[in-house]
Amino acid sequence: MDFSKMNLAQGIDTPVAAVAKPSRRKFLQSSAVLGGGLVLGFYLPLRDRLAHAQPATKAVPPNAFLRIGKDGSVTVQVKHLEFGQGVMTSLPMLVAEELGCDWTRVKSELAPAGAAYAHTMFGMQMTGGSSSVVNSWDQLRTVGAQARTMLVQAAANQWKVKPEDCQVDNGMILGPGGKKLGFGAVADAAAKLPVPEKVTLKPASEFKVIGKPTKRIDAPDKVNGKAKFGMDLTTKDIPNLHVALVLHAPMLNGELESMNADKLKSLPGITHVVQSGRFVAVVGKSYWSAKKGRDALEAKWWVDPKAPKPDSARLKREYSQAAAKPGKVAKKVGDPALVKTAAKSVVAEYDFPFLAHAAMEPLNCTVHYKGDSAELWVGSQFQTPDQGAAAKVLGLPPEKVKLNTMIAGGGFGRRANPVSDYIVEACEIAKEVKVPVKVIWTREDDMKGGYYRPAYVHRVEAGVDAAGKIAGWDHHIVGQSIVAGTAFEGFLVKDGIDNTSVEGVADTPYDIPNFQCALTTPTKEVTSLWWRSVGHTHTAFVMETMIDELAAAAKADPVAFRKSLLAKHPRVLKTLELAAEKSGWGKAAPAGRARGIAVHESFGSVCAQVAEVSVEKGQIRVHKVVAALDCGLVVNPLTVEAQVQSAIAYGLSAALHGAITLKDGVVEQSNFHDYPVLRGNEMPLVEVHLVPGGQKPTGVGEPGTPPIAPAVANAVFALTGKRVRSLPMKV
Amino acid sequence: MIRFKVNGEPIQASIDPETPLLWVLRDNLQLTGTKFGCGMALCGACTVHLDGQPIRSCSTPVSACAGKNVTTIEKIGASAVGKRVQQAWLDADVVQCGYCQSGQIMSAVALLNTNKNPSDADIDAAMSGNICRCGTYNRVKQAIKMAASPSAAAPAAAPAKAAPSKAPAKQGA
Repeated sequence: MDFSKMNLAQGIDTPVAAVAKPSRRKFLQSSAVLGGGLVLGFYLPLRDRLAHAQPATKAVPPNAFLRIGKDGSVTVQVKHLEFGQGVMTSLPMLVAEELGCDWTRVKSELAPAGAAYAHTMFGMQMTGGSSSVVNSWDQLRTVGAQARTMLVQAAANQWKVKPEDCQVDNGMILGPGGKKLGFGAVADAAAKLPVPEKVTLKPASEFKVIGKPTKRIDAPDKVNGKAKFGMDLTTKDIPNLHVALVLHAPMLNGELESMNADKLKSLPGITHVVQSGRFVAVVGKSYWSAKKGRDALEAKWWVDPKAPKPDSARLKREYSQAAAKPGKVAKKVGDPALVKTAAKSVVAEYDFPFLAHAAMEPLNCTVHYKGDSAELWVGSQFQTPDQGAAAKVLGLPPEKVKLNTMIAGGGFGRRANPVSDYIVEACEIAKEVKVPVKVIWTREDDMKGGYYRPAYVHRVEAGVDAAGKIAGWDHHIVGQSIVAGTAFEGFLVKDGIDNTSVEGVADTPYDIPNFQCALTTPTKEVTSLWWRSVGHTHTAFVMETMIDELAAAAKADPVAFRKSLLAKHPRVLKTLELAAEKSGWGKAAPAGRARGIAVHESFGSVCAQVAEVSVEKGQIRVHKVVAALDCGLVVNPLTVEAQVQSAIAYGLSAALHGAITLKDGVVEQSNFHDYPVLRGNEMPLVEVHLVPGGQKPTGVGEPGTPPIAPAVANAVFALTGKRVRSLPMKV
Repeated sequence: MIRFKVNGEPIQASIDPETPLLWVLRDNLQLTGTKFGCGMALCGACTVHLDGQPIRSCSTPVSACAGKNVTTIEKIGASAVGKRVQQAWLDADVVQCGYCQSGQIMSAVALLNTNKNPSDADIDAAMSGNICRCGTYNRVKQAIKMAASPSAAAPAAAPAKAAPSKAPAKQGA
């Protein structure tokens, strides 16, 4: 390969064939509808006619979810973002269960933005709310059943037999008298048949694929370096691809006052400088040239002197003051004032910092603006809103903007921004430079990028009567609304209550006779966003540590105390009991260690965890976590186990280390040295036990996060007698 | 002119000698399996081998590679240990988002090249420079043990204490 012809400003000359030559643009073609074989078209539900926002020019419409090749290969279009949670495996499993194909022939591709790929509950294409499998459950099994019906009919037609006399087995159609045809052989004929309107789905007792531990389809390319993330696009994928780095204001809400790009003139490899009110982008032929250019830029920024400068210490003080005053009532049961009559009561204030998502792959977005159309490549959780936002910036109708979904190196909510921040920015740059451009945020840009889990303060007054029963619980939450001012406000804010601020408290399963949850929503000063498990990140901590305090006040065992309040919630009760049983609750912990428990319901599932903790030289060490999860019917046990481990690691990382602080409007953290995250040597051994018997899947990706911090805090109390009321934890 | 080798193949680079090796690999050689995570040698996503030693390529100027051989994730499977580690990663179903896994594997191979039977503490010490935000650490440890002694560790498909496989399969029955 001759690198000198690659038009790189900083090329490498006369190299030998150092690298295997990849098939040119293979990646880009992968999502196109292929000629040959059969394309089966399904449009479920009845929302839309087209998957790719382009007219169907063929008799057979472009395929939304499933393509069966003449060679018998089965390719499933995955409508959700793959960012670790395993949808490239679990969603094809739903199709394969009904299709009856050979699993080893199943391939998985991420679908581009397309109306047919709308979330069946939310009406737009998106990934969030631990709902990818949940909302695809009926849809993709139906796709598989319809395709199977058509393939069988095609074979029956060819054999001139009744379809009822045929069966499907492992990618083959079996007919009377030992007749046999592969899926590929009848794919063309099947495509010409009408899509059956009604199909009968298998009962769970007949499942062969669903429920079977299944290794990830995307794993091989992720262990050999071939997997292509958004960050990995090169000129091989998109000819003439440029790279942009962006200089942002150091303070939130800063605006560009002036800039001096003189020093860039002497630097090689820089092709454009794009100036906007909020940023300056330096565009070059490679990351390093763009980075050196950005570092050489001199810019002055302006902030409205009358506007408040977000300062986390001040906000904490203000939230604390507000928490002591009455808030807007989100939920009231009985007479919460009866807490004043409690024999023993606790008044506690809790505080939670801003948190960054800090996914491994820094944010990036590639855009090719062609004047009358555009193409984007981005690891998006929000394909529909991102496509719309891009179209608006580029002055194009949305159907002229093709958004290719790239696998993403994590996301945790950061790639689901209702205002599409980094995508809008990339489109603004692409529109100016008119060459394909990959906009890369560095780790520092990502960390200081201004969308955080908001900070919260909770104040709770709760107590028990002389008999050890809860007398009252008065709870006040103070924190910014995540969705205020976004398109989601109408959906998630009702009567002035942002549900994402109170979820997990207002709907607590505990039977508390005199209970109140109030909310105060201060003015939004810091741009904020959902973060894995959203409101439950803080509400579970307060509920589960305060319940533990009341158990102690009642001199009751923490598990027995909880059980006495859960009679009306058998799922929660059962999950709690499973975690307690598997952890050896009630038996002595190993020397120097103590156990703490927490249980919490979120995203339709229940997760209970027992953490085994020691405190050594002022450091909290979590040795082991025994988790029980009721996530309904389990599709892929291997993925579910992985997601619970993942959710625990993510929650523990925040509980032990996570804090974004602001001073004078400037985020003080920038990289993993001052925003430390959980490392392998801090990871507890996690055991996962699943509650059997579910009829349908419920959420998996997030429900493991909420219980870990309170489980650890309760263990710290058991060990030290000190209550943890501030995160990240300090002892 | 800087002369060095990448995956055994000679390279001659007329390039700013300060350019981090990471960006020479990713932008110039288009070997994008080595990832950009932090740019400050804090996360390990960019780990490659320089004459067999694990290094953070984001913070290694290309000039430091002169006369040496760089091995990346794309070719680590050519060695017996590398192949075994990659296979163990599949057997233990380690990956989630996958972004950090090239670096994890490069660090794991470097560990096993010098320590054929690492203890938990050895693994913690060798791997703590590699951050995984998906929290695959349990399976990373399991896979390293499987690669060290392929018959000793149970594959993830039958996790001893987790996700009892028979329970979910029979749900709803």
